Amino acid sequence: MSGLFILMLNCVLVENFIFHKFLGCCPFMGVSNKPDNAVGMGLAVTFVMTLSSAVTYLVYHYILVPNNLEYLQTIAFILVIAALVQFIEMFLKKFIPALYNALGIFLPLITTNCAVLGSALLEVEKGYNFIYSVVFGMSAALGFTLAIVIFAGVRQRLELADCPKVFKGMPIALVTAGLIAMAFSGFTGMSIS
Amino acid sequence: MNKKAKELFSVLKTGLLDQNPIFVQLLGLCPTLATTTSVPNAVGMGLAATFVLACSNALISLLRKFIPNEVRIAGYIVIISGFVSMVQMLIKAYFPSLDKSLGVFIPLIVVNCIILARAEAFASKNPVLPSLMDGIGMGLGFTGALTIIASVREVMGAGTFSGIRVTPAGYEPVQMMIMPYGAFITLGILMAAVAFIRKLSEKIIISKAETVENTSNETSGVNQETNKIESEIKENISSDSSKTNEKNLTGSDTSENVSVTKASGSSDSVPSKDDENEVEEVEN
Repeated sequence: MSGLFILMLNCVLVENFIFHKFLGCCPFMGVSNKPDNAVGMGLAVTFVMTLSSAVTYLVYHYILVPNNLEYLQTIAFILVIAALVQFIEMFLKKFIPALYNALGIFLPLITTNCAVLGSALLEVEKGYNFIYSVVFGMSAALGFTLAIVIFAGVRQRLELADCPKVFKGMPIALVTAGLIAMAFSGFTGMSIS
Repeated sequence: MNKKAKELFSVLKTGLLDQNPIFVQLLGLCPTLATTTSVPNAVGMGLAATFVLACSNALISLLRKFIPNEVRIAGYIVIISGFVSMVQMLIKAYFPSLDKSLGVFIPLIVVNCIILARAEAFASKNPVLPSLMDGIGMGLGFTGALTIIASVREVMGAGTFSGIRVTPAGYEPVQMMIMPYGAFITLGILMAAVAFIRKLSEKIIISKAETVENTSNETSGVNQETNKIESEIKENISSDSSKTNEKNLTGSDTSENVSVTKASGSSDSVPSKDDENEVEEVEN
């Protein structure tokens, strides 16, 4: 149990997907102009990543490995994720319209979010079991949500800030992200065990 | 050079400079930030992506009439991930150390936005050869940008360039540059620098185009469009100064005529300073 807790804390703070592993940077820069959007994107990613961790674990260990098809994992995973996203979208539309209205527009973007595929690949690489995989996926996504929400808040202030003209827009946003990442790297020294 | 080859070349140039995937379009951030800790990593990543981009562009362009519109994205992803798996196996077999240092980012080429974006925006609408060139151009533009970022980070952060020491012995490496957060800051500053250069070169191109057209109208009588500003300036210039100017410019600039009149956003900034001075002379 404590192993799971350490894994979670590790994924959210120390090895944050965005600030430490650089997974999911495109939506991080793209959807972070408003805090509302950032929260929506974060929740959608959390939802999809938790489910996809479970599904890709099952696909890898019960379909690919028995048939000696490990080399197909990239193709298999991306197809599973694309299908899963499509399925979640249809399911939410039909049964939970309120949630669909909140997350709907972010779902198609998630297929090409490298954090989702990245977490699936990392779980295989690290040899996690089923529960660890799901917890890893969920906490990595929570770390993503934390990062994107913090960044969206800072970025809103940034629009009003007075900065050199050539830095306007993306460059200053990137430098800011760097500073937040630097703050996050302070967690690296933390030892929990 | 015939017309078709010229067209292909301009497609290539668009990818390399005008629409550079990283500095201008800001696509494919994850590999950019993650793999630029050293130059060999960056070049390896860039070339792997170039290969996938060129192959998938060509194949998608071949199949563009067969893939139904509704499932095209899924189709593209399958094609791309097929090529990515090939690259992954090749790298694993022939460059095991590169495979180790790039790790999960090789399979993640599948979800690199550049590749899907080019498939959707270019390859699905154009014939095979231009699509292939577009893939190569974009890929090399990506590789070039990665290499620039990586050289800045490696030289400053480790004092080496692709493993060879280049800094003097007393240089203390800036650890920050090769840490993850250094990536964000380096990219931000480099993007600002690129924006600055583009702005500068746009200004120069406009003023250069004016002077070039002035001289060529008077001397060789090449028919070119003259717009308002030029004619205004022409009136202001005394015949003397334009004659001296002509000597300086005709030698170097007539060859550049084609590229200048296109007024594309990127020009070489090396000869720009001289030209700027000359322009100022003319206007005085």
